[in-house]
Amino acid sequence: MTAERPRPTSLTDLFVSFTLLALQGFGGVLAVVQREMVERKKWLTQEEFIEDWAVAQIMPGPNVVNLSLMIGDRYFGLRGALTALAGMLCVPLLVVLGLAVLYAQYGNHPGVAGALRGMAAVTAGLIAATGVKLGAALRKHPLPLWATGLIVLACMACGLVLHLPLAYTLLILGGLSFALTWRKLKKASS
Amino acid sequence: MNQAPLHIVLGFADWVSLFGHYLLLSLMSIGGAVSTSTEMHRYLVVEHHWLTQAQFNNSMAIAQAAPGPNVLFVALMGWNVGLNAGSYLAAMAGVAVTMLGILIPSTTLTYCAARWGHKNRELLGVRAFKQGMAPVVVGLMISIGLILAAADGEAAADWPLWLISLVAGLIIWRTRIHLLWLLAAGAIIGWFLPQ
Repeated sequence: MTAERPRPTSLTDLFVSFTLLALQGFGGVLAVVQREMVERKKWLTQEEFIEDWAVAQIMPGPNVVNLSLMIGDRYFGLRGALTALAGMLCVPLLVVLGLAVLYAQYGNHPGVAGALRGMAAVTAGLIAATGVKLGAALRKHPLPLWATGLIVLACMACGLVLHLPLAYTLLILGGLSFALTWRKLKKASS
Repeated sequence: MNQAPLHIVLGFADWVSLFGHYLLLSLMSIGGAVSTSTEMHRYLVVEHHWLTQAQFNNSMAIAQAAPGPNVLFVALMGWNVGLNAGSYLAAMAGVAVTMLGILIPSTTLTYCAARWGHKNRELLGVRAFKQGMAPVVVGLMISIGLILAAADGEAAADWPLWLISLVAGLIIWRTRIHLLWLLAAGAIIGWFLPQ
């Protein structure tokens, strides 16, 4: 890391930057992280962003929360990690609770209730569509499409039909998928 | 749809159970907290009746409509569970318990593993884990979308909502339009839908 390279000047800078960033993210903060951190502030190079994101993705927990933790850690260690995390969550949390309280006040209005139902329907579409979009990436998966497709369907059956607790789904299907992928990757590399 | 609020009594053991459950969910939340929302639904709505279906859906929708990380839907569910228990103090406790529960294990793990993962991203085990989890994450995402779309479970009255979900899903899948426009459109259509 060279001396001239842009970096957050202080913990306050870090906190404010992440707060502003989070407040821009409607329905997904990840794209905003890339634009702010890489393209505008240049705290990270594109490569660093992609590598950090891959780790954030591998680990459990919200990806953008993991990402903010890792970026904060890069500059100020544990204090930076906690500051970035707080920036990402504190003010947006207050905004969201404020909205919830407003909703409790005005939620009895049939129009408001209807609007919420309309937005919930859009959200349902968004999440399912994100699943389908991610599904398109399975074409590049080491396992053949019929195998990953079967795992996707089995996973949906576990949740929607069998109402199986998530832990079992993750252990059984995740474990199976991990083992199959491992075997395939190992064969390909040898 | 604003059903009579649920009245529940939460004892100390219930709070501990809630916290413990979210600690576990945190470790399972590969692909983001939203992938565990199926399990939150099972735990909060179906098993314990601490949250109504409408509150569950509204929490997801409000968090989506608000700026910030999507994980804040967890805080809203905690807030509503606390409100159902009778006070704003309990609501704040609900936020604290669920948010700390969902964040502490995953952030600790991420913090410790970040450097290791950074150095070993070419390792067979790391790649197999990341890629192996991909189809499971896809299945979970589609499942929770369908659970949310099922809304109040009255198929005859709900067909316009299913239609909104379907159209929104198609638009999001095929175009790069800003989500805000779709949420606004959903809100406007929803406002005028007969109840």
